Amino acid sequence: MKDTALLSAPLQVQDLTVSYGGDPVLTGADLTVPEGEMTAIIGPNGAGKSTLLKSALGLVKPLSGTITAWDQPLAAQRDRIAYVPQRASVDWDFPTTVLEVALMGLYRQLGLLRRTRPHHRDKALACLDRVGMSDLADRQIGQLSGGQQQRVFLARALAQEAELYLLDEPFAGVDAATEAAIITVLHGLRDAGKTVLCVHHDLSTVPRYFDHVCLLNRHTVAQGPTATTFTDANLMRTYDGRLPTAA
Amino acid sequence: MSEFIALSLPPMLIGTLAAMACALPGNFLLLRRQSLIGDAISHTVLPGIVVAFLLTGSLAALPMMLGAAAAALLAVVLIELIRRFGRVEPGAAMGVVFTTMFAAGVLLLEQTDTASVHLDVEHALYGNLESLIWLDGFVPGALTDPQALATLPPELTRMALTLAVIALALWIFWRPLALATFDNGFAQSLGLPVTTLSLGLVVCAAMAAVAAFDAVGSIIVIAMFICPPASARLMTNDLKHQIAWSLAFAALSATLGYVLAGYGPLWLGAEASVSAAGMIATVSGLILGGTALAGPHRKA
Repeated sequence: MKDTALLSAPLQVQDLTVSYGGDPVLTGADLTVPEGEMTAIIGPNGAGKSTLLKSALGLVKPLSGTITAWDQPLAAQRDRIAYVPQRASVDWDFPTTVLEVALMGLYRQLGLLRRTRPHHRDKALACLDRVGMSDLADRQIGQLSGGQQQRVFLARALAQEAELYLLDEPFAGVDAATEAAIITVLHGLRDAGKTVLCVHHDLSTVPRYFDHVCLLNRHTVAQGPTATTFTDANLMRTYDGRLPTAA
Repeated sequence: MSEFIALSLPPMLIGTLAAMACALPGNFLLLRRQSLIGDAISHTVLPGIVVAFLLTGSLAALPMMLGAAAAALLAVVLIELIRRFGRVEPGAAMGVVFTTMFAAGVLLLEQTDTASVHLDVEHALYGNLESLIWLDGFVPGALTDPQALATLPPELTRMALTLAVIALALWIFWRPLALATFDNGFAQSLGLPVTTLSLGLVVCAAMAAVAAFDAVGSIIVIAMFICPPASARLMTNDLKHQIAWSLAFAALSATLGYVLAGYGPLWLGAEASVSAAGMIATVSGLILGGTALAGPHRKA
């Protein structure tokens, strides 16, 4: 995979080892996310998929390894990266509205003390509209369904106007309509030249949704274009020979 | 009227300001599911305050803050040591450390001669709200007389200043603090200093606890960190409104609690009044009960 075209990849993780205090969750994992494509991180439960994503964002401090975004340290590229955490990672009983959550995507424009102006609201509303949630802008977030919550998170990422989108299990526990809406938006981003990376668990949708895969089980088993990498042989190696549902 | 100004107004104001200063950080602690940090702080700081007093012989704000900070630091180290070497879960380690430190503070207080100041076991629990009177308040026109105003209890100025500092800090850091409270991972991905924000919140809570401590004692401090914000959460689904409600509930608890403690027993035919701190905490608990039964935004 040492293609020269990939040297300036939006995201490159090399030889990453991460531990939460006990045995390492990841040992020497590699990930190269090619520009303008949809990439999936796939692997069994406990394979370290979310950990890889969080490390790539600097949310988890690795024991060793290097992470670069467009050949630069992560900190220098934060403005170009949007993150959609797992829906279950936040308390949806928090006293705020759908619009307020979307506005959080504009944080780096607003900073500490700048007032939220009408054009900020318009932008947040437009992002909510792209995921079909603008009608519920004033709704308290606790009243949303799981799929609606996921769409609000996606709208917040859209408001960041990033070039690289990192999503942690965006299709987990959402309804079919939401899944279709999300994939439409993500494919739209890709078609506009943006780069998308998802932690994904549904093997059956991988060939339809993703151009590129990274098969992970504590280390990188294989990565490359879906057509050549998402093979039964590689999946058997990734899932320790216990394939849940064959692709 | 002058009796009210001299005897009741200063303690009521101090109680109100203390309750509001605790309620402000309490809102964020509540939403972060860290409400017991307020409890922990008020317990942990006692030995620090006592030692600071023993070393300096005064109840000035700076040594007390330093003593409290040292005690908090010691608590963190002890918790980590017990967790590592005792192999117990963090909750148990915290519980042991907080109660032991509080008990050590009480023992220190009993063994030392602090009779000359308001620092003893009873005051550690209940404070000395009732004794924070303003004798010059009896002077006619005292509220506009600079000379009389200069003799207001120093606790009043200290509490007002603490409230102002906390309110200013929350106003400045409102946006990142709210964001990190709702979604810490997303805040981190934006490069926000989430650890510093969280530490800053705890420092605000500690400032409120220490400033309030010698005036109102640890009972009010614990109640005020939790009750007004928890009641406020049941009144609204908007964070700013929640803060406003919590301040209103804090003020209501303090004033109503003070009045009921002073006059309630007399109305019921008893002779002596009861502890203002205890009554304020009771009122705040009753308000929480009321909102839990009838608040418009209770969870289904």
